[in-house]
Amino acid sequence: MAAPARVDVEGWGWRYAGRKLPATRDVDLTIEAGERVLLLGASGAGKSTLLAGLAGLLGGSDEGERTGRILVDGRFPEDQRGRIGLVLQDPEAGIVLSKVGDDVAFGCENLGVPAAEIPGRVAEAVASVGLTVPLDRPTKALSGGQKQRLALAGVLAMRPGLLLLDEPTANLDPDGVAEVRAAVEHVVRTDGTTLVLIEHRTDVWADLMTRVVVLAPGGGVLADGPPAQVFAEYGDALAAAGVWVPGRPVDLPMLAPLAAPDAVLSARSLSIGREKRVVVASGLDVAVPRGAGTVVTGPNGAGKSTLALTLAGLLPELSGEVVAADGLAARGVRRPSRWRSTELLTRIGTVFQEPEHQFLASTLRDELAVGPRALRMPAAQVDAIVDELLQRLDLAPLALANPFTLSGGQKRRLSVATVLAASPEVIVLDEPTFGQDRRGWSELVALLQREIARGRTVIAVTHDADVVRHLGQHRVVLGGAA
Amino acid sequence: MIAPVDVSARHAWLDGVNPVAKVAVVIVLAVPLLVSIDAVSAATAIVLELLCVPLTGLAYATVVKRLLPVVLFAPVAGLSMLLYARPGGTVYGTFLFATISDNSITLAVAVLLRVVALALPIILLFARTDPTELADALAQVAKLPSRFVLGVLAGARTVGLFVDDWRTMGLARRARGLGDRGALRRFFSMAFVLLVFAVRRGTKLATAMEARGFGTDVPRTWARPSRLSARDAVAVGGAVLLMAVALGAAVVTGAFRVVGT
Repeated sequence: MAAPARVDVEGWGWRYAGRKLPATRDVDLTIEAGERVLLLGASGAGKSTLLAGLAGLLGGSDEGERTGRILVDGRFPEDQRGRIGLVLQDPEAGIVLSKVGDDVAFGCENLGVPAAEIPGRVAEAVASVGLTVPLDRPTKALSGGQKQRLALAGVLAMRPGLLLLDEPTANLDPDGVAEVRAAVEHVVRTDGTTLVLIEHRTDVWADLMTRVVVLAPGGGVLADGPPAQVFAEYGDALAAAGVWVPGRPVDLPMLAPLAAPDAVLSARSLSIGREKRVVVASGLDVAVPRGAGTVVTGPNGAGKSTLALTLAGLLPELSGEVVAADGLAARGVRRPSRWRSTELLTRIGTVFQEPEHQFLASTLRDELAVGPRALRMPAAQVDAIVDELLQRLDLAPLALANPFTLSGGQKRRLSVATVLAASPEVIVLDEPTFGQDRRGWSELVALLQREIARGRTVIAVTHDADVVRHLGQHRVVLGGAA
Repeated sequence: MIAPVDVSARHAWLDGVNPVAKVAVVIVLAVPLLVSIDAVSAATAIVLELLCVPLTGLAYATVVKRLLPVVLFAPVAGLSMLLYARPGGTVYGTFLFATISDNSITLAVAVLLRVVALALPIILLFARTDPTELADALAQVAKLPSRFVLGVLAGARTVGLFVDDWRTMGLARRARGLGDRGALRRFFSMAFVLLVFAVRRGTKLATAMEARGFGTDVPRTWARPSRLSARDAVAVGGAVLLMAVALGAAVVTGAFRVVGT
């Protein structure tokens, strides 16, 4: 195995070409070989930029302006590919080839490792991340946790001395998080590889790390020390910056338990699937209580998203029927999947997992106006609705920005706002808190709690135990592949 | 996108042929049919190629299913010949610029058969070819630039993601009240977003590949060596023979005809 690397960051900064302000600057940091550093900081403090700099992936002077320097074992990172391994947040982003074995071998091939040596390296890397699938398994057939471990294996096969992980578990379900955490722990404990990791959910990683470094917004290092000490001294500031500090739960109220409510949507012996002949789950009996929060949980592949889209009237039932309460019927039709698009709009709104899938306009104002305009509301009324939402969701300063340019938390809020604009009785959300930092999370959950208090029905698919606690007045648990 | 056939059991004779040799076979089987135009050579080629199906490891049912879209499309190509080819022989009817004659009927049949005869070898040769194996062969045997070949290969893997994107965006538009009308406009707005996704995904992919040492000056090694063997020569030789028989049959029966005559 490769020797652990030492890192020297000396007065380092980076300004992306075309931006006025540097992403980060004046960072001084020495990481000794074998240290395990948790890198924290508010959104926009330049964590990911520093990590890309450590990986030597920021590019040349046409991509931005560098100050100071970064040395890994005394040499520039750009000149030692393979010595530095990087795993990113998006499980899809790290995979290059279509078969597990080929993908792990890809880095070795690029580094010019002799062909005869590659199979051994691949086997070793796959084993060390605990990936037990056959090497000819298609990469697209892997779960999120497996994909991230595959990405890690692809990096390990190059025998790096420095491992860089940028929110490797932010988009994973609890099983995936545990898998990836175990794999990383195994690697750093056996090989002593130097580790730098970014993650808002610090409780997953804190006990594995030897050191916490907090970047200050605007440049420099705000705090640096052993995890317990940094969390004790800077806990409040970190929580305000969106970090989930261990031992500091969110301070939102719990919703009152339900008192025998009537169902707004219900289904008996329901079979669901995205394609006609592929049944994802069957025999489901669901009753969604009116004016309350319902959470749908269950393991990967159990059909949670498919159930949500079916309840929302977007996917047709494969067998059985989803039936809306009497008052919700359109033209006497009570099955949401049979409603017209504009009928659905005022009855059931859906927030998709990826906000960008549902964006349609080039400014926030127009985006929020899409629903009201589809309902042919007069212009004055459309404006009133849009203004109210922009204010209420704290998006007013961005009214003329393009939705695609927003931050992750802002995009999520906008996607909820677009649904609220048509004032549907039911809101369906698919993994609304994926990848959100503590601040984005709190804002979103508080918003949904307020909507429930106003009498709206909320259905949320989630893996997040905190969401279940705060919105789960009623719980639907799917069983998985039975 | 054609979904790959199950390649778990790779023991057909053709599976041992290098993908570059398969490309050569396609060229041998296609070019003579592109420059000639008669029914006999194409029909003979189709029959002989169908006799080769057992070598490919494909079931006849699979071949028929894959060929079906081509067979349905071929009459369109034939129809234009039927109506607009230079008249000759007996004329059966005329309408504006369209004339149906002996000549145009012969040409229509020839074109129809040709379309099938061109599509068939591609289906037979590449239905079971793994894209990674093809890329390995193109880079190592055909010596195409590895950056280009691997870039395309990695990009092609993301096609499935775009299919999912497209489906979800369609659902999202229904959810947002735009699902009832304006299908064309919806199509273009979704196409535009897909383009944005493509650029982003491409950037991410490039970063991931670079992080794994792709694109440096170090000479690359290949974990899966791709070489030519005697079987490749047999495959190409067989294709030449097949084409010779097909053209020979056309010449002997007097049907042989080169494009433009």
